[in-house]
Amino acid sequence: MKFVVKAWSNGGARAGILHLGTSTIDTPSLLLSTRKGLPHFISPDLLSCLPAPESRLLHVSPLHFLEGLSMKTISKIGGLHQLLGLHDHCFVAVPRDSIQCLPEANSTNKIGASFETPCGRLLIKAVEYMEMISSTRPELWATLADEVPAWVSDKRNKTSVDRTIKWLDECISISPASGAVFGAIVGGSSLEERRRCAQEVATRNVSGYWVGGLGLGESMDERPALLNAVIEALPEEKPRLICGLGLPEEILQGIAAGVDIFESTYIYHLTLGGFALTFPLDRTQINASNLVPSDVGSDPRKINLRASVFRKDTTPIVEGCTCYTCRNHTRAYINHLLNVHEMLAQILLEIHNTHHFLGFFRLIRDAINAGRFEEFRREFVQRWR
Amino acid sequence: MNWPRALLTDSGGFQMVSLLHLADITEKGVTFQSPVDGKPMLLTPEESIQIQNKIGADIIMALDDVVKTTITGPRIEEAMHRTLRWIDRCIAAHKRPHDQNLFGIVQGGLDPVLRDICVRGLVDRNLPGYAIGGLAGGEDKDSFWRVVAQCTATLPEDKPRYVMGVGYPLDIVVCSALGADMYDCVYPTRTARFGTAIVPEGVLKLKHKAMAEDTRPIDPTCACMVCKNYTRAYIHSLVSKDAMGSQLLSFHNLYYMMQLSRNLHSSIVQGKFPEFVCNFLQKMFPKGDIPEWVCNAMEVAEIDISSCCAPFRYIQATKVQSNLNEDEIQAV
Repeated sequence: MKFVVKAWSNGGARAGILHLGTSTIDTPSLLLSTRKGLPHFISPDLLSCLPAPESRLLHVSPLHFLEGLSMKTISKIGGLHQLLGLHDHCFVAVPRDSIQCLPEANSTNKIGASFETPCGRLLIKAVEYMEMISSTRPELWATLADEVPAWVSDKRNKTSVDRTIKWLDECISISPASGAVFGAIVGGSSLEERRRCAQEVATRNVSGYWVGGLGLGESMDERPALLNAVIEALPEEKPRLICGLGLPEEILQGIAAGVDIFESTYIYHLTLGGFALTFPLDRTQINASNLVPSDVGSDPRKINLRASVFRKDTTPIVEGCTCYTCRNHTRAYINHLLNVHEMLAQILLEIHNTHHFLGFFRLIRDAINAGRFEEFRREFVQRWR
Repeated sequence: MNWPRALLTDSGGFQMVSLLHLADITEKGVTFQSPVDGKPMLLTPEESIQIQNKIGADIIMALDDVVKTTITGPRIEEAMHRTLRWIDRCIAAHKRPHDQNLFGIVQGGLDPVLRDICVRGLVDRNLPGYAIGGLAGGEDKDSFWRVVAQCTATLPEDKPRYVMGVGYPLDIVVCSALGADMYDCVYPTRTARFGTAIVPEGVLKLKHKAMAEDTRPIDPTCACMVCKNYTRAYIHSLVSKDAMGSQLLSFHNLYYMMQLSRNLHSSIVQGKFPEFVCNFLQKMFPKGDIPEWVCNAMEVAEIDISSCCAPFRYIQATKVQSNLNEDEIQAV
């Protein structure tokens, strides 16, 4: 793995280039969320219709495979690329996925990290986690962490930092030859603990940092200070990855603090709800004062395709959008599919929403490269609240 | 739908009868409870054709009075005659005979006399194509193939014969041997959603524990995207838990059916159909225990499958006369 920062904009926002596996990805970038390695709905043969190379970074939680597939078998098959038939993609392994594999701080103990999963509550030891990493062979992986929500006691929080550092060292010592390791940084909602953890992890031999324990109950107002406390202690030239920041304004918050890679469940939740992103990706449209927020019952940035107002709407979700869904289908058709409970609705929505959200990241990168990120952020939050 | 290829719509009759429990059939049409708001609705032949005219499919189906083949009695005869009366109403209501082909549906239960009357009635109307309906509802296989055989023998040679609701690959091969041309069935996708893959040997249940360690593709002879990229083990981890599992299995199953159709077609064109059938049956019944109904149907279809049949009648006879066990008989 190689990472180079190319441009800075006001504050901590930076644009960079990440060389991972066979891909060269511009940052800030988005990890697409998966279930057992494949998207929730987009079938593998349609993945190539998403913009490349931005769509090639996939988030994988190795814990998903504990439901029905042994690590031995995955090893025998040859790791994730062989298992999933995806040879052009890059896999980023983080144990937590913010949808179905949530850290269970009350059950985590000195033996391992606890997660609430569809196959029950699992306790994962560092050595077991490393077995998963060496069997799945992702290009990049985060060390095992004790993530705690914002409301735990100071004592519990301090313990989580100690444990996370201990597990980091354990993971690194068992580390397989391939795959870049990102050190996990926790600390709940204590600035002191966050700083302490970051300083410790900064001394370890890792390729980058995974900021954990956020998106677990802290408010958006608390977050900037916590992020800054972490980032200030980290070297500039190594990439930072974060999970659990889903909404566009949360992403913008993370970028302002200096985070480079994001795992977000926004697309998944939109898709399940029957929503499609519609906020304009054209800079001139964002500024246009004559632009009126869209339909009844929806908000300016997305439409709810279940609404009966779309029953006869034969326009695409977004006029001019080049995604497969907008090139081939209409709002009326997706409305119909949702009404008759056809899975094609989720497939088409996941394609469009992914395409659109990746476009959002492209706008962000353009803004950073042009040195006007803060302006962009302000405009976006104001206009498309 | 943005579907540039061919489309066929059904009349809605079968769905009403099979999916709704308060369907009442009268001369006017089918009265049923709307699945949307529970209000009583009436679907007439005229309305069914009107809706199908609006949808615009290339082939549309007449509204028929369909009864389950497991029913006996005068209802079957009543339904057959009504189907003939309704075809005239469908023809009269059809506003787009130049771009949409209206197929009539042969009914008559399992009664050859009734079936014959229906075939003649429909052929008199000179329709672009004919469907054989009222089957694929749980009747025994022996009755099923005989009805198909009778219909294909008497329906015109130069028009398509569409066996509705069929089906399993074996049924399709037999019906094709008997002279049918078109089929429809929910089987490939429904069985995929239950975690079952269609393979040359029959079926493969991906949910089975043994699949968790199996690193082979579903079907090593299949060229589909799923068999080229995924192992049984991975699909096993998805089935019945993740939507993607249903997707991948549906993809494979549909590909399998398309390949089967392609093979049936090309083997007939190349004059190698009996060979294809034998090959197909050998893979599905490696011990030669081909069901009797298949043997009987192939005999009527004049396809020689003796090379893949264990000597069936011989075995039955010798079992009675001697104490040979099965292995010893196989060796004979």
